[in-house]
Amino acid sequence: MNRIYLRRRRTNAVMIALSTAALAFGLFWLLWIIGVLVYEGAAALRPSLFIQMTPPPGADGGLANAILGSILMAGVGTLIGTPAGILAGTYLAEYGRRGWLAPATRFINDVLLSAPSIVIGLFVYSVYVARVGHFSGWAGALSLAIIVVPVVVRTTDDMLKLVPNSLREAAAALGAPTWKIITAVSYRAARAGIVTGILLAIARIAGETAPLLFTALNNQFLSLDMNRPMANLPMVIFQFAMSPYDDWHRLAWGGAALVTLLVLAINIAARVLFRK
Amino acid sequence: MSAAVLDHGRIDAAGSPAVVVFLSPRRPVVRNKPIMDAIFRNLTRTFAFLVFSLLAAILVSLVIGSRDSLAHFGIGFLWNENWDPVKEDFGALVPIVGTLATSAIALAIAIPVSFGIAMFLTELSPVWLRRPLGTAIEMLAAIPSIIYGMWGLFIFAPLFQSYVQPLIASTLGQVPGVKVLFSGPPMGIGMFTAGIILAVMVIPFITAVMRDVFELVPAMLKESSYALGSTTWEVVWRVVLPFTKVGVIGGIMLGLGRALGETMAVTFVIGNAHRLSPSLFAPGNSIASALANEFNEAVGDLYTSSLIELGLILFLITTIVLACSKLLLLQLAKREGVPT
Repeated sequence: MNRIYLRRRRTNAVMIALSTAALAFGLFWLLWIIGVLVYEGAAALRPSLFIQMTPPPGADGGLANAILGSILMAGVGTLIGTPAGILAGTYLAEYGRRGWLAPATRFINDVLLSAPSIVIGLFVYSVYVARVGHFSGWAGALSLAIIVVPVVVRTTDDMLKLVPNSLREAAAALGAPTWKIITAVSYRAARAGIVTGILLAIARIAGETAPLLFTALNNQFLSLDMNRPMANLPMVIFQFAMSPYDDWHRLAWGGAALVTLLVLAINIAARVLFRK
Repeated sequence: MSAAVLDHGRIDAAGSPAVVVFLSPRRPVVRNKPIMDAIFRNLTRTFAFLVFSLLAAILVSLVIGSRDSLAHFGIGFLWNENWDPVKEDFGALVPIVGTLATSAIALAIAIPVSFGIAMFLTELSPVWLRRPLGTAIEMLAAIPSIIYGMWGLFIFAPLFQSYVQPLIASTLGQVPGVKVLFSGPPMGIGMFTAGIILAVMVIPFITAVMRDVFELVPAMLKESSYALGSTTWEVVWRVVLPFTKVGVIGGIMLGLGRALGETMAVTFVIGNAHRLSPSLFAPGNSIASALANEFNEAVGDLYTSSLIELGLILFLITTIVLACSKLLLLQLAKREGVPT
């Protein structure tokens, strides 16, 4: 009896130790990656990074065109994807109690949420780039928008479902029509949650590389023409990191540190905002 | 009589709809315009339908894009191990094997680790530490894929090559039977490295699902077990895990779906060699990294079309895996009566 008891105690202690070790294992990678980025990025984060253009190998330069291109494409992608996502999410949460469309869309949306982003790039390539015959900033923004949509649909749906029905009933009792209830009551009550979803979507596309490979491609120069290939941070990081040049590696680390810190900051901001 | 007035009258005369009473000659302040309702409803419905048809649209566009390759190679594309742009002989076997092998390595590492983390966060951690620790693990999912790739290539692979690979080769590499898996020179990059980095990337996804489903277990069940004298481990292993089995498998499938389609991180470290090798230390190729590396350089319709067919295969596999994951999680939620 005593021996069994001891063995159980021992198993428990071993498993608790392993569980703690698993957590330490997870945190270890996070700290290692962030540590490397801060260390390598600190050398590259200079004002010139934001002012100068991407250089040819051997010359000094910055990432200004890539940063601008990324902001432009992520901005347009968010502007296209967010309204579409909010409207679709509204249908799921507010109108979708009956019928087949809402549950089916919710299911498909969850699959799209984790679908490989490179396939989204292939999709935009076949329906847009191959048709017009050239890579462009619009195509890049479109593929980012397709990645934004499922994230926003999911959070909008979840957040609107959290709004108590008594609020909607109160508004209906006052004579408000459904569209007014949704826009003036449900949206307002779920605002923090919906904004959180948009922030998370922006964080998601800020570092996306795979869908831009076949759509926006890259550009050595500053170009604000959305109809032409456009420089962007992830692609520049990819190209420079894969190159054999040390200067380019340093710039790639600078870009990588910039993107990661931005993405982590948005993620933490979104969580703080939602908790309030 | 306009619709607005009718509506107003109906409210006033709730008891006797035949008598329309107007208490005040003023028009109602809030006017119900059914047209606005219809517009808004149909607008949201349209966008929901767009999302609904997106999956099918992607599928159709990939099938159309790969029609040359589908017609030329047929079903044999799946097990042809050649990939020769010069002779235009393409087959998907090497990238499929690479994708499955790296994902399998990733899951073998990520499942026990995620389980440990989820157990720590739900049963062991002090309450005030749960949120910060949980957020930190979630941040692993926020780091962009390309950063994992770059870090893997420049920092992880060299260390792995000089310290870990020789160690594995001298221990596991000597065991008959599994010897062949760990043979060959340590190169740093290769399928094993890609698998490890994938593991780190999917840990947050599997952990998040496991945490969520572990929290669904009624406190009554756990408390009863503790009251009978169970240890923490026994409660987790004999009560929590059996109760949430379906959800845990759903979480693992979600992680698998993520691992299969991961592109940039794998592209950096897998080595991009179109060669079938039994050794996990050897460079290989995955579907996603073949696409990332070759698509823009592909010359000729058949080459491009074959690459799109690779994308189609990847999309089909991940969609099936993710759909299974979702179905399992829905099943658990239904049993609990908890809306998803």
